[in-house]
This record gives sequence, structure tokens and C-alpha cells, in this order.
Amino acid sequence: MRLRKLALSAALAMAAAVTALTTSLAMAQAPAAAPATASATVQFFPSLTGRTGAVAPNAAPFANGFADYMKLVNARGGINGVQTLVEECETAYATDRGVECYERLKGRHGGATVFQPLSTGITFALMPRLAADRIPMITSGYGRSDTADGAIFPWVFPLLGHYWIGGDVVLQHIANQAGGWDRLRGQTIAVVYHDSPFGRELLPIINRRAEMHGFTVLALPVPPPGVEQRAIWLQIRQQRPDFVILQTWGVMTSTAIRQAVATGFPRERMIGLWWSGAEPDLRDIGVAARGFSAVMMQHGQARDSEVVRQILAQVHDRGQGTGPRAEVGDVLYMRGVVGAMLAVEGVFRAQERFGRGRHITGEQARWGYENLNITQARLDALGFAGVLRGPIATSCRNHVGTALMRIHTWNGSGFDWSSDWLQADMNVITRMVTASAEAFARDNNITRRTEAGC
Amino acid sequence: MFYRENGQFKTTYKSDQQIFGVKQDRIAIIALIAFAFIGVPLLADEYLFRAILVPFLILSLAAIGVNILVGYCGQISLGSGAFMAVGAYMAYNVFMRVEDMPLIVALLSGGFFAMVAGIIFGIPSLRVKGLYLAVATLAAQFFFDWLFVRVRWFTLDSPAGTAEVSNLSVLGWQLDSSVDKYLFVLGFVVVFALLAKNLVRGPIGREWMAIRDMDVAASVIGIRPAYAKLTAFAVSSFIIGVAGALWAFIHLGSWEPLTFDINRSFQLLFIVIIGGLGSIMGCFFGAAFIVISPILLNQLLPWIGRLFGVEISTSMVGHAEFMILGALIIWILIKEPHGLAKYWSMARHKLRLWPFPH
Repeated sequence: MRLRKLALSAALAMAAAVTALTTSLAMAQAPAAAPATASATVQFFPSLTGRTGAVAPNAAPFANGFADYMKLVNARGGINGVQTLVEECETAYATDRGVECYERLKGRHGGATVFQPLSTGITFALMPRLAADRIPMITSGYGRSDTADGAIFPWVFPLLGHYWIGGDVVLQHIANQAGGWDRLRGQTIAVVYHDSPFGRELLPIINRRAEMHGFTVLALPVPPPGVEQRAIWLQIRQQRPDFVILQTWGVMTSTAIRQAVATGFPRERMIGLWWSGAEPDLRDIGVAARGFSAVMMQHGQARDSEVVRQILAQVHDRGQGTGPRAEVGDVLYMRGVVGAMLAVEGVFRAQERFGRGRHITGEQARWGYENLNITQARLDALGFAGVLRGPIATSCRNHVGTALMRIHTWNGSGFDWSSDWLQADMNVITRMVTASAEAFARDNNITRRTEAGC
Repeated sequence: MFYRENGQFKTTYKSDQQIFGVKQDRIAIIALIAFAFIGVPLLADEYLFRAILVPFLILSLAAIGVNILVGYCGQISLGSGAFMAVGAYMAYNVFMRVEDMPLIVALLSGGFFAMVAGIIFGIPSLRVKGLYLAVATLAAQFFFDWLFVRVRWFTLDSPAGTAEVSNLSVLGWQLDSSVDKYLFVLGFVVVFALLAKNLVRGPIGREWMAIRDMDVAASVIGIRPAYAKLTAFAVSSFIIGVAGALWAFIHLGSWEPLTFDINRSFQLLFIVIIGGLGSIMGCFFGAAFIVISPILLNQLLPWIGRLFGVEISTSMVGHAEFMILGALIIWILIKEPHGLAKYWSMARHKLRLWPFPH
């Protein structure tokens, strides 16, 4: 009797497993089996999301903005007639799930155009796979800074900015507040950072500038996820640094500002990088966070921009919106929109070379991202007037495209721009990028692409 | 009927001592290994290799290591992630710092350093037991997390503390394609699984189990607890270290310390508990369950939704996956506290009499 039950359940389990496996296999292979029909009509943009897990409040708006802009592109008539398609895969910010998602999505719907993992860990894990699969990756504002050197990292595009540019602009802003670089001599600047590659990536530029201008750096690592900061802020209280730079993400940002309030450190002297300056972390603190600033990769909140109006009218009003309508135009939502725009513009550019209205492969898209030239007129036409500033022009040596940033400041319920456009000093940064990329190439036996090979 | 060992007489010591004493077992295992080496590369596609089979095999290997310590020797450890990290980073250092280092030697040296770390952090096990030991091994986890993030030397002074390896080859065999990587990992897993299987049924394995069942009684009959516990820590962390090196080198290729954080330790412990404490086969069942079922659920739920014309959002799938997996784990542990391996042994037991049960 028990045997029968056992055999029955075993058979059931087997059957379930077999059907599950075959369906998942079929699902994995079906798009690959029929690329001719699919690839002719759609351009596939995979989206690795973090809608669950520790960073969900910050990662979900990005995914929403990404999806909404792609729908807007379709409403505008696609990429010269080629419709975009987004398929999401949930990573929960975990590296191994991110790798699985990448492998799952890369071959679907005629092949992935470009990946944007939105996680430093996943970025690192995907880097060795990109070249073999011939798929580019956009890492706007995260990942390795030295990937800006496209001659050594052909497949990675930190478009609009990386941490070294961000760090340089933060220090410029601090120097402006202090009254010039030479005023920084003898001052102390504390860096509160996420103790992981994401956080530590900021330190080289700060240390380099400290050597140049003679200020002292107080490096204060916070173990992930960053809710334990009491000791760090005690140290800040004792050592009284002149400024605090925050390289934080998610719950760590709000914890840091709460601790600053508790220790009485003036928020006006705290400046974060772009991941620290977003609404989900500041909204609950409200007025107490007033005066806290963050450097932005060009865009910030953009509720009254043309592109947001278009998304509301052509996507949300038609009931196709992704995520809550109230968040449309928030900082992280806009980062998703900008990410999607860059992904699409690269395909536009690639179509100029490989055929208008054609489906673009990952390899062709890589050429597009490497030869971007998004002018101010083009940005205005896309609805990004006042959001981004052109030109965003990339080349084989320069995978960033621009070094312009600006600073916004929390006013208690939203952000206001508090600086003019600031340009990072590329003389300093390019030298650091090249040195670091060369070291990477040496360790991994990679040869620099020649100008002819670009 | 299929599984009767009647008539299989052991006439030599050699045949009496072989790993799989029953002929049917032997045939099944050889067929399974042959299928894994020959059949799977013919059948599976790249997604299966890179996203499922390679992680599954490497975590199975790590789980074998954890099972030796937790399942066979009864020493609860929450430091497995740390020993994986030691294996990964030390293999990386050996591989990068020594010119022309053969890959296999580098991976095994990762295991060696993990073994040293395991022995050091195993010393508290001589005094503390059970949950207290779990807390002591937790120290290893936090220490190595800290060490590899903070001490630049281990990551060759890379500014962000990350490590990359590329262009791996073994004796002229380039490990480029997913099939190559799968076969390479499979080779390691088969060798280590057979070694572990052999070890746990030998004298040292019996010592471990004696310690697990009752350490006072074990020491009364002449088993040295210090020796038994520390060898368990050594063997276990060696295997975990090799698994960590494989995870970093073969599966990821480029990694950060957070890859081996406390969640990895928990994951390995769950694999072992669900798979079955004290069973090598159970490690594979547990790893399959923990690695494959979330991915399966993640792909199946939207598909089921579409059957009924419902579009399930990504976040909904994410949450549902957690809940269903949690419920499944509870259900399995209630129905069979000895883990999935118990089903395996029950099935074998039943097959012996099938189709004529008493």
C-alpha cells in the first residue's frame, strides 16, 4: 500500500519534473528556433530587475522607467519601424541569479541587444561572458571605472559617467564651496562608503585628488547592507571632518542621514554620489535631510520634462504604464528612462550603418554604442531638454561620452538644482583610467585594440 | 526483482571492499557517470550548461564538503561560504602570482589553504558543541569576508577589490565553451564524490560518525576526538575550498567578496539538510532542489499564468517563488526529516522486493 503511494508520488514528481523541464527547455529554445520571424520585427532589450530583495525600493523604479520608455519608443513608431521588446528577469540583486537571467535572456527574441544589470556584482560576473557571446553591456554609473577605456574593454559602456568622474565632480563642488582647490589644503574629507567593490571604486580618485591638493581623507567603510553605522558616525563626531562624501545605496543612505541628524553633522556638508540622491531613501526623513546634496549623472527629478509628459500621455494614460504613476519622473525612474534611451539610440546609430529599419545584433549594437553622437538637438527632439545635455559622443577610446554632471539638493520634499554644469577634469581621470586598464590588460593577457581595429 | 543482491558472493577482499558493493549500484553509477560525460553534452544547450548544470555541480561539490563536517561528524558549521572564499582567493593568488601555474594545481592549492583555514577555525570545536560551535564558525565567515575586502594583497591590489581570471586552459585544452567548462567541473565532482564516498565508509569516516553519535562513548572506545574533529574540518574545508575556486574560476570568472557571504553558508547548510545529512548522494539531491527549483518556478509561473490568460508581473513571480519554495522546504522536512536522500534509500529498499511486497 505504502509502496503504491510512494510509486505514485514518485511517478507524479517525475512527470512534473519532466514536463517542467521540457517546457522550460521549449521556452528556452522556442525563440532560438524561430529567429527569422521574430528578429525581423522586434529589437529585444533584456531587463534584469531587482523588484524583490533588499534594494527593491530603489531598483524597481529603474525597471519601470526602462520599460515605460521602451513602450514610448514603440508608440512613436519604434526604431525606424522596428518595435522594441522588453522581457524582465528577476535577480533580487543576487549575482548567481543575475548570471542565470543573463544566460536565459541572451538568446531570446532574436538575441539580446544590450544588458544593463544595475548591480556591481552582476556586472563583474557578466564581463567575462560578453565577449564570447558578442553582446554589449551598458553600466551607466556603476561597475568598473576603467572600463571607460574602450580599447581594452570593447564590450562595456559606462555611458554618462563612472565613479571616478563622479568623485572628481563631488570634490570640485566641495572646492567651490570652500572657495577654491587651494583652500582644501589641511581640511579633512570623510568618505562613508559601502564596503564592497561598489563602494571602494570611489576611493582612487579621492586619494589622487588628496595627493594633488593636500587634504586628508578619512575613509570610513560600512559593511553591507549598511544599517550598522553608529561607530562610523561616532568617529565623525570625534574627528570633525569638514565634509562627508557618501557612497551609499538603498537603506544605507537613509541610515547615514539619520545618523548625521543624530550626531548633528550639518547636512549641507554631506554630498553623495548619484545612488545616494534618490527619493525612496530621503522621503521618510523629509525635512531633517534638507540640505543634503548629491552629484547627478546629468539628470535628476524631471517631472515636468517633455519625455515624462509623453510617457504619461502615451503610455500611462493608455493603461500600459509599468509601476505607480506617482513615481513617473522620480530620480531613479528617470535613470531607467535615460538607460533605455541610450540603449535605443545606440540601435538607431547602428541602423545608420547596418541598414535602416533592420534588426540589429548585439555585435552591431556595440558599434552603435561606440559611435554614439547624441547632439543637444537630438536630445531636445526626444524630449530630454533640460534633463540631459549634449553632446554625448563616444569613441573607441572613450566609452563614457561626456563628463558633465550637476548637483542637486534635497529641499525637504524634493530636489532642486544647486550647481551649474560641472565638468570633471579629464586630464586626471583619463590618466587613471588608462593606467588601471593597462594593468588589467597585462594581468589578463589582453592586447589593446589599435585605432584600425576599432 | 531488479534490486536483489542474492547470489552476489564476495570471494575476495577486493570485491568485498569496493565502493559500490551491489552489482546493480555499480552499473547504475557507471551508467550515470557515462551519461553525464557523454549523453548530457549531446542533449543540453548552452543555457542549461552555463546557468544550471555548472552551478549545480559546483554547489554539489561544496555540499559534499559541508556534509562531511555537518552530516558525518556532527559539527554544525556556518563558515562554509568563508572556506569557499579562501579557496577562490588563494587559488587566484597562486594562479596569478606564480608564472605558468597549471590550473588544476592552482585550484587544489585553493583547497589546501582552505584546509589550513578550516583546521584553525575548527580548533574551537574541541571545546564547544552544537549551536555554540555554529557561532564560532560564524566568526570564520565574518573574518574572511573582512579579510578579502580589506587586505588589498589578496586581490593583487586591484582598486575595488575584485578578481578576474581569463583564458583558462588545462594541458592545452582551452576551457572556452560551456561544454568544456561543464566537463572540467564534472571531472572534479566525480573524483571528489568518489573519494568522499570512499572516505566516509573507511576507518576515518567511522570515527567521524562515532563522534557525531556520541563523543563521550567514542572517546571511551579509543577514538581521539581532537583528531577526528580536526580531520573532518580539514577534509571538509579542502573540498569546500576547491568548490569555491571552481565557482570563482569556472562559473563566474570575475567576482567580488560578496559572492561568498553568509547567505552562501546558509545555502550550503540548507542543501545538506534538505538533501540528507550523512549522505553523499543527498548532496546532489539537495543541490538540485536548491539550485533548480527556484529557476524552474521562476520560469514556470509566468507560463502557467499565460495558460490562464493572466500576465504575472516580475515582482509577483519573485515573491511567489519565495513563498512556494519556503512551503516546499517545510513540507519536505515534515514529510521526511531525513531529507531527500531518505526517499532514495526507501526506493532502493522497496525495489528489492518489488513487485511482491510482503
